[in-house]
Amino acid sequence: MANGVMTQTQHIPYLAQKGLKSWILTTDHKRIGILYLVTISFFFMIAGLTALGMRYELMTPELDFFRTATEYNVAFTLHGSLMVFFFIVPGIAASFGNFLIPLMIGARDVAFPRINLLSFWIYLVGTAILLSALAQPADTGWTFYTPYSIQTGTKVIMITLGVFVLGFSSILTGMNFIVTIHKLRAPGMTWSRLPLFIWASYATAILQLLATPVVGITLLLLIAERAFDIGFFDPAKGGDPILFQNFFWFYSHPAVYIMVIPAFGIISEIIPVFARKPIFGYKAIAYSSFAIAIISFFVWLHHMFVSGISETAAAIFSFLTMLVAIPTAVKVFNWTATLYKGSIDFHSSMLYALSFIVLFTVGGLTGVYLGALAVDVHLHDTYFIVAHMHYVMIGGTVMGFFGALHFWYQKWFGKVFDELTAKIAWFLIFVGFNVTFFPQFFMGFQGMPRRYATYPEEYISYHALSTYGSWILGLGVLIMTVNLLIPLWKEGRPESSNPYGSLSLEWQVPSPPPHENFDEIPTVTDWTYAYGKK
Amino acid sequence: MSSTAEHAESHAHGHGLGDAVTHNAAKFGMWLFLGTEILLFGGLFAAYALFRAKYPDLFYESHKKLDVTLGAINTIVLIFSSFTMALAVSASQKRNRNWLMILLSVTFICGAAFGVNKYFEYSAKFHHHIFPDTNIFFALYFMMTGLHMLHVFVGMGIIFALIIMAKQGRFKEGNRYTPVEVGGLYWHLVDLIWIYLFPLLYLIG
Repeated sequence: MANGVMTQTQHIPYLAQKGLKSWILTTDHKRIGILYLVTISFFFMIAGLTALGMRYELMTPELDFFRTATEYNVAFTLHGSLMVFFFIVPGIAASFGNFLIPLMIGARDVAFPRINLLSFWIYLVGTAILLSALAQPADTGWTFYTPYSIQTGTKVIMITLGVFVLGFSSILTGMNFIVTIHKLRAPGMTWSRLPLFIWASYATAILQLLATPVVGITLLLLIAERAFDIGFFDPAKGGDPILFQNFFWFYSHPAVYIMVIPAFGIISEIIPVFARKPIFGYKAIAYSSFAIAIISFFVWLHHMFVSGISETAAAIFSFLTMLVAIPTAVKVFNWTATLYKGSIDFHSSMLYALSFIVLFTVGGLTGVYLGALAVDVHLHDTYFIVAHMHYVMIGGTVMGFFGALHFWYQKWFGKVFDELTAKIAWFLIFVGFNVTFFPQFFMGFQGMPRRYATYPEEYISYHALSTYGSWILGLGVLIMTVNLLIPLWKEGRPESSNPYGSLSLEWQVPSPPPHENFDEIPTVTDWTYAYGKK
Repeated sequence: MSSTAEHAESHAHGHGLGDAVTHNAAKFGMWLFLGTEILLFGGLFAAYALFRAKYPDLFYESHKKLDVTLGAINTIVLIFSSFTMALAVSASQKRNRNWLMILLSVTFICGAAFGVNKYFEYSAKFHHHIFPDTNIFFALYFMMTGLHMLHVFVGMGIIFALIIMAKQGRFKEGNRYTPVEVGGLYWHLVDLIWIYLFPLLYLIG
């Protein structure tokens, strides 16, 4: 290991090499993480803009911003499918997962660096296929429900093919991470010392492996329906449209946890550092990720309570849905208990982490509410659902993502952002988000259905308020983005390689880390969260 | 596949990982991938179960139009190819290059024979105006066997790459036979899936 050539290159930061080739052919997990980060952020921006367009349309009851209702349908389909499949599913797992997993477990790279690069390239091919469909994008919604997705004249095949290809990328990344966590942990990095982000990534990877193939075959069948005119999902040919919904949600409910479990991991990393306390209930947090992962495979029918399923099945799935709340609440209670009597530093990343706890709890509790059969029948396909899932996805995952961006920014890029601006941006995002989505609970409860470009007069005040909120939220995200981008073009380095006094391994190497991560593979002798003792 | 070998090398010298770690990691990774393959086909098996329970008569009548003899021959061909693949792995572990190349070639030829056989089967169906949209049974038949055929082609590609690598003498030293073993795992899965497809489609009682 310690041959002469190596020691010379060891202290060169991984960002030192320049040029396009050093990026597109890199097998360095830190660089691949950046490639993902840039791509997912790009799609986050595009999908965010379509959302702003939709909100602008909804400010008044009439159709005024979009020319036809179909254009509005296209906008929400784009918003949903880009956000779900191109941003939030690969999201934290592929960007921060790539950057952090080898560093946190004390490895030089992932187990299969070339497959890692391959999976990024597959991701790019998927996006290329999707973009090629933009000339005539689908108007089915991100769920591609049959029979409409078979009948519509828009380009469903290309968009589903794009998502299908992304599935491969997701599977390869998940496989890579599981093998990495099993085989490449540094000496002394036992399972009970692993950082909780690693536990979360592991649970996520299992979900990616188990759920993604099923959506893969579902989309393949949908493509075959359109291309060869077969009738799996067409009642006229003896098929069953509900089968599509079953297949789709068998993936897409666990996928919700593919989106949010990595954020759980991030919160578990940020909170103990800024509360200066050991994480409370380490094992409970670690195992609850797996409990969530397992239960999440047995709740998919709660998306279909009004699809004409049997009452027995509905009752069982309603019960199972509420079970997920238990391991999730275990996490929330443990984070809160970690804060208790801590000496809390309100760093921008901590502000995002704290907002996560509050907003995700709202999202989670309304989820329990929706899991109750009688309530769901009333609220199905209303804005209540829209508000609920955005509280989970933005209030949960995106807050975790932004928190991670601020927390690991110095480590990843070796630069420092302006903390005050970051706090202002956080404030705008927090307020803007709540102003946008909280009114949607009320209008949903009063019967405003989702996915309509026009609506009766009576909902105008809620809709207008929601639209104003979306501008505040948009402004906040813009300020945050600029604040994080500016330092990248400026000179300057962080004063310390471990400014927040974290005990985790990634903070023990220089910022940015050298290409090989560690001079020598470290030997771990203590728990990652022994704050207060040192 | 060549990348795996180079990768093993860079790990052995550059990353401080031994051959054994790389070997185990590669096998573990392939097993995980095989799990996802089973789930991919799992969706089709679930659809099969649903529609067969719904239309038992249609399934029974339609399956009579399939050629059991050709299907049986293909089953034997694939099982035999799994046998030669297993022998190939053993030959690579013993670093017997000639046997390795012969056995891999036989496995490759079996895959090709399977494909040719399938070609005649499909042509006969089209000749009798049986297409994927004929009914649900044939939709399943073409989807399942078609997706499986795709896997056979991928497997043949892997075996072809292994033959080239063997010819270059890549598996000579140490534990460098990892690619053969990992490729073998994939080929066995392709075989295994067919063993389920054959009775489900051809032998409905």
